[in-house]
Amino acid sequence: MSAVAAPVAGTRPVRGRRRTGLGATGWVSAAVVGLATLVAVVGPLVAPHDPNQADLVQAWIGPGGDHLVGLDVQGRDVLSRILAGARSSMLGPLLIVVICMLVGSLLGLVSAWRGGMVDAGVSAGLDILFAFPGVLLAALTAAVFGAGLWAAVLAMAVAYTPFVARLLRGAMLKERNQPYITALEVQGLGATAICLRHVLPNVFPFMVAQGSILFGYAVLDLAVISYLGIGVQPPDPDWGVMISENQSGILLGYPLPALCAGACIVAVVVAMNLLGERLLERAGKDGGR
Amino acid sequence: MRIGYLLRRVAMLAVTLLVASFVIFAATYVAPGNPLAALSGGKSLSPEAQTALERRYHLDEPFLAQYWHWLSGAVRGDLGVSIPLHEDVSTLIADRAWITLSLVLYAAVIIVILGIGLGLLAGLRPGWIDSSVLVISSMAAAVPAFVAAIVLIAVFAVSLGWFPTIGTGDGFLGHLEHLTLPAVALALSSVAVVARVTRTAIREEVAREHVQTAISRGIPQHLVVTRHVLRNAAIPITTVTGVTIASLIAISSVVETSFGLNGLGQYLVKSAQGKDIAVVQGISLVLVVAFVLVNLVVDTMYAVLDPRVELGARAA
Repeated sequence: MSAVAAPVAGTRPVRGRRRTGLGATGWVSAAVVGLATLVAVVGPLVAPHDPNQADLVQAWIGPGGDHLVGLDVQGRDVLSRILAGARSSMLGPLLIVVICMLVGSLLGLVSAWRGGMVDAGVSAGLDILFAFPGVLLAALTAAVFGAGLWAAVLAMAVAYTPFVARLLRGAMLKERNQPYITALEVQGLGATAICLRHVLPNVFPFMVAQGSILFGYAVLDLAVISYLGIGVQPPDPDWGVMISENQSGILLGYPLPALCAGACIVAVVVAMNLLGERLLERAGKDGGR
Repeated sequence: MRIGYLLRRVAMLAVTLLVASFVIFAATYVAPGNPLAALSGGKSLSPEAQTALERRYHLDEPFLAQYWHWLSGAVRGDLGVSIPLHEDVSTLIADRAWITLSLVLYAAVIIVILGIGLGLLAGLRPGWIDSSVLVISSMAAAVPAFVAAIVLIAVFAVSLGWFPTIGTGDGFLGHLEHLTLPAVALALSSVAVVARVTRTAIREEVAREHVQTAISRGIPQHLVVTRHVLRNAAIPITTVTGVTIASLIAISSVVETSFGLNGLGQYLVKSAQGKDIAVVQGISLVLVVAFVLVNLVVDTMYAVLDPRVELGARAA
């Protein structure tokens, strides 16, 4: 008894750490994401200058003195615009992920549960949505509703939904075929109760992991849409908008403002991706446990 | 059976395109604002002029009739008239399509040669080559096209002056020179993704028993690679290459904007901002058709590459 218990006791902390720990990369990524989230919440309040106060005489002045990262194309403080811009650059993706996770899990659940005609119908509809690239949907919504953050969020949510629905359908189908579901059905528990109380909680870690990977892509895609001019509209501060505003600086030899905004985007995207991969490893690659 | 699969695939494609065209038309149809307002420049039109213009652009007909006009025209290559510009949408698109097409093709060539090439190299030559490809590709995969574009402009066009920054140039060599930086910016992250997937696929195949058997039997390496490794690794490689190339069609709008190229993607964005509905509809339709066709080609390639693939289902 004790001979068996001893090695188990010895290995348990190691195993436990491996299962719950994020690893160094994971923690660094989580720190980057946490910092970006914090800035998104308090950024506009801690910005040292008014992000929209322009002074054309001071355009393209480099870092120094009062302005830590210098001034942009219109003489606005780059640091303040980065801080203030975090809000739309992070809130937009959050909304996108929440919307497409809600709609996607509903579609995935219904088609995994019902199967047959419902499954075939949903998947045919999703196939058609797959034919629309995200940027194209963004241009369409901008043409219909006018360009802005909300139109871009709507477009990207629609673009991501088929992807999410297909992923979650797979994960939920796997869950549905588990013996415990049959056991619950035999006990007479209703489909809604089984889905809400058992299937969804079990698939939830997988959803969170996929959601954080998706969040990274959403940050990137929203920045691209704003950069193209059909998302957040200037002069509102946003990282994508900042790149497009300050692009002329690259040709003039002042690449810092545009590169700063680009670096913020890349940092959040990479961190979100690494974090998501780690969470996915913990949740099991395919949604099983 | 092969023919049957292809027919079914084409039928599905037709249905997808029909529904997609309907969505495109319906979405822009419900857009608020009178399309004639752009024409009159905000002045109110006399009732007669209003009626005449509505008749000319079929605006007085019911929705389905308008859709039918547009769709039947589109099939014949007539995408209607841009109301603000008084020009045929088809002509406007044709003038710009070649830039997007050559940009995507150029980037696709880079992806196929560099991505698959580097992946093969890394997969077959473990050691420092493999690790450097791995490190470089994981960094490159994280760089989005518009950041790549501004960095490339800053380094190769402004600092070094090797490439022109803007415009499309004259003659084939001029185009090639002008489109090189945009194509590299467009291809960069896809090259990295393709290289990584290729490397993994090659690694997996090399480790398999039949390949190890072939090596131990003394079959020359190039034969082992071409007959045993590549044949099986070809499927994931084709998948990822096809998917990334299809995605370039939409992303090219970003690169076109960065480099000031007058292509379809940039024009789509401009027309969306200017609410030139007919042009938005036309370009959207063209891009969706292109996107779906590339996917069809990829799907058909599976059937050619691997007879075991359950036809009709996409290989995992």
